[in-house]
Amino acid sequence: MADVTMRLWRGDQDGGELVDYTIEAQEGEVVLDVIHRLQATQIPDLACRWNCKAGKCGSCSAEINGMPRLMCMTRMDQLPEGPVTVTPMRTFPIIRDLVTDVSFNFEQAKRVPAFNPGTVPADGFRMQQADVERGQEFRKCIECFMCQNVCHVIRDHEENKPKYAGPRFFIRYAELEMHPMDTNDRRELVREKMGLGLCNITKCCTEVCPEHIKITDNAIIPLKERVVDAHYDPVAWLGRKISGRKKRTADEAAAHRP
Amino acid sequence: MATTEHHSYDVIIIGAGGAGLRAAIEAKERGLKVALVCKSLLGKAHTVMAEGGVAAAMGNVYEEDNWKVHFRDTMRGGKMLNNWRMAQLHAQESPDRVLELEAWGALFDRTKDGKILQRDFGGHRYARLAHVGDRTGLELIRTLQQKAVSMDIDVFMECKILRLLRDDNGRIAGAVGYWRPTGEFITFAAKAVILASGGVGKSWKYTSNSWEGTGDGHAMALWAGAELIDMECVQFHPTGMVWPLSVRGILVTEGVRGDGGVLRNSEGKRFMFDYVADMFRAETAESEEEADKWYDDHTAGRRPPELLPRDEVARSINAEVKAGRGSPHGGVFLDIATRRSAEFIRRRLPSMYHQFMELAGVDITTTPMEVGPTLHYIMGGVRVDADTAATGIPGLFAAGEVAGGMHGSNRLGGNSLSDLIVFGRRAGMGAADFIEGASGEPTFSQAEVDAVIAEALEPFSRESGENPYDIQHDLQELMQANVGIIRTGAEIDEALEQLEVMKDRAANVAVKGGRIYNPAWNLATDLGAMLTVSTCVALGATHRKESRGGHTRDDFPKADPELGKVNMVLSQPQGTGVRGAVKVDPQPIPEMPEELKALFEEAK
Ligand SMILES: Cc1cc2nc3c(=O)[nH]c(=O)nc-3n(C[C@H](O)[C@H](O)[C@H](O)COP(=O)(O)OP(=O)(O)OC[C@H]3O[C@@H](n4cnc5c(N)ncnc54)[C@H](O)[C@@H]3O)c2cc1C
Repeated sequence: MADVTMRLWRGDQDGGELVDYTIEAQEGEVVLDVIHRLQATQIPDLACRWNCKAGKCGSCSAEINGMPRLMCMTRMDQLPEGPVTVTPMRTFPIIRDLVTDVSFNFEQAKRVPAFNPGTVPADGFRMQQADVERGQEFRKCIECFMCQNVCHVIRDHEENKPKYAGPRFFIRYAELEMHPMDTNDRRELVREKMGLGLCNITKCCTEVCPEHIKITDNAIIPLKERVVDAHYDPVAWLGRKISGRKKRTADEAAAHRP
Repeated sequence: MATTEHHSYDVIIIGAGGAGLRAAIEAKERGLKVALVCKSLLGKAHTVMAEGGVAAAMGNVYEEDNWKVHFRDTMRGGKMLNNWRMAQLHAQESPDRVLELEAWGALFDRTKDGKILQRDFGGHRYARLAHVGDRTGLELIRTLQQKAVSMDIDVFMECKILRLLRDDNGRIAGAVGYWRPTGEFITFAAKAVILASGGVGKSWKYTSNSWEGTGDGHAMALWAGAELIDMECVQFHPTGMVWPLSVRGILVTEGVRGDGGVLRNSEGKRFMFDYVADMFRAETAESEEEADKWYDDHTAGRRPPELLPRDEVARSINAEVKAGRGSPHGGVFLDIATRRSAEFIRRRLPSMYHQFMELAGVDITTTPMEVGPTLHYIMGGVRVDADTAATGIPGLFAAGEVAGGMHGSNRLGGNSLSDLIVFGRRAGMGAADFIEGASGEPTFSQAEVDAVIAEALEPFSRESGENPYDIQHDLQELMQANVGIIRTGAEIDEALEQLEVMKDRAANVAVKGGRIYNPAWNLATDLGAMLTVSTCVALGATHRKESRGGHTRDDFPKADPELGKVNMVLSQPQGTGVRGAVKVDPQPIPEMPEELKALFEEAK
């Protein structure tokens, strides 16, 4: 087969540049395969993350020809002719080459008050498939952090990072909010401390999600609606009354532990 | 020597897959100061890749199911080489562990009456695997990860442990490793260490395992003086992708067969009916009609032969391909398209649908998949006490895939995820009990640490030398060809010789570039473990002159009842490292008590 040119970003915290590498193409390959062959034959120290190579772990996120993609799920033969440009995710600090420092996300994860079902029956919950399906959609998230990467609120505004959880965590809050057995109320927390209001629903996150989670429509918008209820409406959201959840301030929600 | 970052903990846990996370939660609940260390980012361990489900005899779909049936299936699947006590604890405790996940936020698929749904898998008599579509591992790891994070457990991500450290009395004292993002070294002092480092697949060419599966934990335990057992018992999963070549080995879940998929050869024949071993004849369907009735009602017919244990199915596929009845790319066909509706397939097997569509351009709702065996799992591992997960080294524990015994010579699907949560918890308890009972703080020698660091840095000092990728490549070719799914004495011996040559080559590896996130350097530090583990597999394989479970000898095609009573125990003198001479010592497997033996009589 013919050769392909890979235009890879090489560098570290202090800066870097795009460098072209040429290698023979092989049938059926994905971008990650070509990166691996380059490592084995030409650039042994090329830094890149990967694990499952099957779209299940979300390690190999990068920007391919400017589009955030998983390298392991991007077929070479489906990219336009010409050099394939691979650059690291732009929103996170560079470690080296294609590897970025994604610790922002792990810090946000620590801020999420855990699922809290109160007392649990010894033989488990009774929940209907329809009730768990809403949460299951969000739990498909493989934490590739591409939604965080494209979100304008932090991509272009570093200063927003401390006060903004980002789409990955909005789906987590939505999941907990919609869990039939959870007893906490994180709505004020999401509004006040997690910056839900900063999201202006441009749907960039939904577009890049490799799991096709409808982040904006199914998580962020419903969450925004519930937050409005919690904030302005003294009569709590109807479902909440049925489930018997108590209304909580941001601090109370953060302190509510199983 | 440059100063290294140093930390002190009660327990350090090496590995953040299901086993390590569950151990960390338990140890933390016992009030201990816990560090969780992993080579990748948190949440990316192999456990995330598990698809089909977690096995637990909850009886939600078939009330007849209970721990005794699960125990019996597990032992028979392992060809009775299992540590009976581990298999018993596993069968008894897994239902509680699964319910616990639900209480921590996991959302499993449901039955009509709102309980956790269970699906069929090979070797399990009843529908037993709790699952979430075909992404059960993701659910399991995320639930445990979220729980661990909410408990403020300290996590050291992208931190690779190179060596375990012991004190002068032989007690475990800590570990030394390095940070991948900076290349800086780090030491941990600990009163107890739990190994939860997963498997070894990366030493074979076609494997479902990621770069992490280099057997570090197996090797580090052996080097530190612990024993390994039955390393020859590795599992080739019958259904890996075979095409395109670049994805060869990627797993196709057994759930496809559990949900009605069948295997066919190039003549369109369901060939598995020709390969039913005597041991399973009584419970396996004789005709396609009988088998097909079983899916809807397990009392209306016997099990389809496609759902025999994995070793049986993998060998059969291998034989069909050898006989010239394979698919165009050297596998066989896995057909669910003609058997289930497109809607059903997309709902039950969403990630398989996605995987084939994106990677192979194949729509599995209309077209059969091409599949063949792929190295998937190692049953052998660190020898542990069933109840406490303790190894022979005081203060060292092991759980999950790195531990041996639980699965005998062949693991049933779904029994790994349950193993992780049952024995991860027990390892956490074992370590906590050990610390309560021990006095003093063990200390390690700085000289030993310095030696490990110096060795790790050597590849940078060589002007010319071997490329680590070349050695890895040659090792994978060797193990695939000589210690693969069907083995012979001559080929294994040849592999053992070649491995020694590779050890010389590995001692002469050269790495260019810096220490910051350098994959070539990381691979250079992996080679020792990969070579040690490969040697152990080959050594076990020469000594086990029989065919049993995941270990098949062409020159000894039958099971030998005498060898079925022994574990192949491997050890080497402490501190001798990758060049140490490994001793093989067959020792009797623990004897099963009469009341458990009776379960096998009843079932006859
Ligand atoms: C594709 C696939 C599908 C599967 N499907 C199923 C299924 O449906 N059901 C089932 O029961 N089983 C399944 N399995 C098997 C099961 O997933 C694994 O056996 C299991 O997840 C292993 O878990 P573990 O906790 O022992 O280790 P792993 O999840 O492999 O984690 C190992 C951890 O150890 C760390 N580590 C290793 N070495 C070092 C070191 N030197 N220093 C620091 N950290 C280290 C790694 O970074 C990682 O965090 C599947 C496996 C694969 C690959």
